[in-house]
Amino acid sequence: MIPLSSYLTLAAILFAISLAGIFLNRKNIIVILMCVELMLLAVNINFIAFSHFLGDLSGQVFVFFILTVAAAEAAIGLAILVVLFRTRSTINVNDLDNLKG
Amino acid sequence: MSFQEVVFYLFSLTLLLSAGAVVLARNTVHSALFLVLTFFTTSAIWLLLEAEFLAITLILVYVGAVMVLFLFVIMMLDVDLAKLKEGFIQYLPIGVLVVLVMSAEMIMVVGSSKFGTDAYPIPVPKAADYSNTKDLGSVLYTEYVLQFELAAVILLVAIIAAIALTMRRRPNTKYQSPAKQVMVKKADRLRIVKMDSE
Repeated sequence: MIPLSSYLTLAAILFAISLAGIFLNRKNIIVILMCVELMLLAVNINFIAFSHFLGDLSGQVFVFFILTVAAAEAAIGLAILVVLFRTRSTINVNDLDNLKG
Repeated sequence: MSFQEVVFYLFSLTLLLSAGAVVLARNTVHSALFLVLTFFTTSAIWLLLEAEFLAITLILVYVGAVMVLFLFVIMMLDVDLAKLKEGFIQYLPIGVLVVLVMSAEMIMVVGSSKFGTDAYPIPVPKAADYSNTKDLGSVLYTEYVLQFELAAVILLVAIIAAIALTMRRRPNTKYQSPAKQVMVKKADRLRIVKMDSE
């Protein structure tokens, strides 16, 4: 049988991989958004594992809300991305330095 | 090894490999498709944890809606992929270092000494007629009903924000104005002339 620590380890490695993805792909906003989704997924795995092992359904309710907020975040983020590409015709993070002091 | 362990390790390996591929893929479309695979395998792991409703929701909402949205946006934007990959090699050592250090630290914290089977024994499997959806619904609509409605409001705000951000009126587009069409009088359009018959 699989102990709780295996699930937590899996989520920890997934979180670390997605954080490295933000480091490596720091010019591509789309991949950064995808890595944020991966991070939220790692957190959700933790929530569901604890919910299963503690026999408490609140963890699953929290995952439900996180999924909702993440979907909203993806929709608004991609809308901002489309507007950005329309006005600047680039999504390279390095070119987005208008607010540089 | 029991069947559950085989399934868990197989899907965990697929999950981590596809997550790595999301990060390392050269083409953004390939990243998005590997992210679909990641969500799929995660939902299998959630099934092992007896969270059936959320596993199905993850596939329906994420694979069905969010990832399609991502793919649409990637297709709509004409992006120079080679330029976006600049600096990838330069940051690769520090990225690998961060992965190793962070996962080592977190594994030390969540390792089997504190979260093993002694502290958290394996729960008894639920009966075959147990419904996760029914149980989750009974909690969601009683204890968490206010938060549930707030989530609905958040989704509404997201819809309005996404439409308001991306909608644009081109200056020379012709469109109808229903209000003006309704307000029009007979005298505005029709002119009756009197003339002798010939």
